[in-house]
Amino acid sequence: MAIEITATSRLWNFPGGVQPDERKSPANLQPIQRFPLAPMLYIPLRQHAGAAGELCVAVGDYVLKGQPLTIPGVDNGLPVHASTSGTIKAITEHPLNHPSGLSGLTVHLQPDDQDAPYPHQPIADIHAISQREVLQHLQQMGIAGLGGAGFPTARKVAGARNIDALIINGIECEPYIVADDRLMREHAAKILRGCELLQQLTSAKSVIFAIEDNKPEAINAVATAIAETSSTTIANIILRVIPTKYPSGGEKQLIQILTGKQVPANGLPADIGILMQNVATAYAVAHAIDVGEPLLERVVTLTGEALHHPGTAWAPLGTPVEYLLQQSGFQPSKHQRVIIGGPMMGYTIANLQVPVTKTTNCILAPTASELTPADAEMACIRCGACEQACPASLLPQQLYWHAKAQDYDALKQHHIVDCIECGICAYVCPSQIPLVQYYRQAKAEIREQAIEHQKAEIARQRFEARQLRLEREKEERLEKHRRAAEARKAAQAARAAEAPTSPSAADTKPSAGKGTNAAVQAALARAKAKKAAQEQPDSSASIGPSAAVQAAIERAKAKKAAQAAAPEQAEPVADKGPSAAVQAAIERAKAKKAAQANAESSQSAEPAPENNTQSDKQDAIAAAVARAKARKAEREQAKGNTESQNNAAENERKGKQN
Amino acid sequence: MSWIIGISALALMALIAGLILGFAAIRFRVESDPIVEQIDSILPQTQCGQCGYPGCRPYAEAIANGDELNKCPPGGQATIDKLADLLGREAKPLDAAHGEEDIKKVAIIREDECIGCTKCIQACPVDAILGATKQMHTVIADECTGCDLCVEPCPVDCIDMVPVEPKPERWKWQLEQIPIVEMNHLAELGQTQANGSNEAETTKQQQVNG
Repeated sequence: MAIEITATSRLWNFPGGVQPDERKSPANLQPIQRFPLAPMLYIPLRQHAGAAGELCVAVGDYVLKGQPLTIPGVDNGLPVHASTSGTIKAITEHPLNHPSGLSGLTVHLQPDDQDAPYPHQPIADIHAISQREVLQHLQQMGIAGLGGAGFPTARKVAGARNIDALIINGIECEPYIVADDRLMREHAAKILRGCELLQQLTSAKSVIFAIEDNKPEAINAVATAIAETSSTTIANIILRVIPTKYPSGGEKQLIQILTGKQVPANGLPADIGILMQNVATAYAVAHAIDVGEPLLERVVTLTGEALHHPGTAWAPLGTPVEYLLQQSGFQPSKHQRVIIGGPMMGYTIANLQVPVTKTTNCILAPTASELTPADAEMACIRCGACEQACPASLLPQQLYWHAKAQDYDALKQHHIVDCIECGICAYVCPSQIPLVQYYRQAKAEIREQAIEHQKAEIARQRFEARQLRLEREKEERLEKHRRAAEARKAAQAARAAEAPTSPSAADTKPSAGKGTNAAVQAALARAKAKKAAQEQPDSSASIGPSAAVQAAIERAKAKKAAQAAAPEQAEPVADKGPSAAVQAAIERAKAKKAAQANAESSQSAEPAPENNTQSDKQDAIAAAVARAKARKAEREQAKGNTESQNNAAENERKGKQN
Repeated sequence: MSWIIGISALALMALIAGLILGFAAIRFRVESDPIVEQIDSILPQTQCGQCGYPGCRPYAEAIANGDELNKCPPGGQATIDKLADLLGREAKPLDAAHGEEDIKKVAIIREDECIGCTKCIQACPVDAILGATKQMHTVIADECTGCDLCVEPCPVDCIDMVPVEPKPERWKWQLEQIPIVEMNHLAELGQTQANGSNEAETTKQQQVNG
């Protein structure tokens, strides 16, 4: 099963593919430029495939070049770093470099043009520390795959075990894009150093450096660098030059060309013992380990006929696209389009303020005659051209019908997930049908349904867990009530046994006060009675049953008063107008006063408990009527009430205090 | 004689088949009603109760017992179609009496107005609201199903149902919905020739076609 490739072994082919006009010149003729820093850098928190990290800086902070701005979040993603030194002016939503044109949280960094560096953390010898630590270092340095998808490199390497061949992808097959071409020409040695490090990290048996045959200078540069590098540092490195064809730079396609093997559906190249990295990623790995500086800039192709000086440039991450275009002599025309990426897979951006991110390899500003915008879509004529050209051996026509019918099950059966969205089907379509667009929408919809289904499953589990909890709580409550009832019964029985022994309550004052007052007094009375009973256990027998009756009456009175006061306390607080609240408070105060006056009179009328009870009753009734009236008034007021609720609540509180 | 052999042979076969069936009935017994599970897995699990049942599972049971399929507004027509497909019944349009299909929403509590009454916590069918008595409450947005049930009990009306914000990673490639920004700030920078790109709003976003 081991993959053995030699410099002369056979090259395979993948089905389909096209050879569009390359248009790599004149952008690839000039050396990589370095523009002055843009006046403001927009660094989005999420620049890789995965979740954004957590912010660790604040507005107004001064940051150094290479200082981390985020800490990787829960999914162990990548941090982003300050591309230069300067002050953080804002952390707000800013248009993202994304086909959707949506905005996302972005750090606005104003450079101070000092480039004051954050301390570099190079690793002198990667063998001195474990592979895990090296990978953690790569993660901290924010290294993502620079070829396009932006998958965290450390995770990709960590997930690859038993690697036979490490493939370094220098194909760059899409028209216009020359970033990797220029990088190979100028920094071949450092790329090879990255290959060496990656080989040591993955223990790959061989390294295959693949370049398309339309880049002779890059091939020469890499071949020379390989010859110069002593063969002991990189074991079994082979340079393979492959014929130009789009999309041979696709991971699966390149593996098929080099090995004749196909990556299984829903599988990874690692499943067949292969790991692939882009040349720019290899360069970034070498930089992060040898220099110890995070990924802060990348080579961006600036091309298209709307630019006077097309070329390539080292762009600090976060540089606005508009600034780079200006530096290249942007002459926008009517209906000017600016495309991020190439003409096949790129997307048009809706706002020129979007920043360069880790995955931005090309900014293309074509004139209308150079890249004609697609005409209106016509009916499919079933010519089959798309099927002939599809590099993934799919049936684009079938996918098109099913996507139009939104038949997602059928799309899954036709392996839409294996579509690499290379854009060839749309390119060859004589009816100008934007086929990839249909597939992208369908894939997004399938993904969305999967997410929804997952969320629904979680919601179902939470719902069921809640139902169980409620049922359990209900049972517990019933159980508690049952026990409380039993305890009450037991207490009553105990009290009934105790009652004949309780002393005269002559000295306890009857308490017809209101609310808690009454309850407290009643409790005091009970406690006193008990105490007295305990103190005179012997004399208790001599006191007649009439005393016991009196005590019981006292208790009943206290209870009644407490009950009458209770509903008032439980009155609802919200949704009352201030005037209503005031009225209610006045009513309550009146009732209270009346009750208190009565209580006093009842105290004086101590020797006649029967009268006392009666007047108490009357008082309670009067108070209840007053309360009901107050509540009614409140409700009527509340209907027309437009005052703020805070006010109402405050008044209500005041009323209570009264 | 042959008829005796025939009858006894048939009886023997019937006995064997009966034993096999009897064994299978015990060995492969289905614990619960699988159709309810299947219906429940199609329903959107918002637990909103708009169908008139206290949650999705009770509605799934009701459907299995013959109730109408078109009472689930959060699921919409797609759910009705799937249910109709599963049960071999006719797919009716959504019953407007139970509400209309709406965009996905999530509850947000205006936290400075919350008085900490816990009424919304008790109303939430999926325990997606966090808080305690007289403490501010908040919604766990990821767990919120957008069922609306917490809005009504709130005594101070501090809960809003807001549409779920689109995220780039869940964007569905609706290119025609992208607002096109005028590029006239280029003019300020002296980069454009006369009326260079002020008419960009007429540009159509289209698939780049080589």
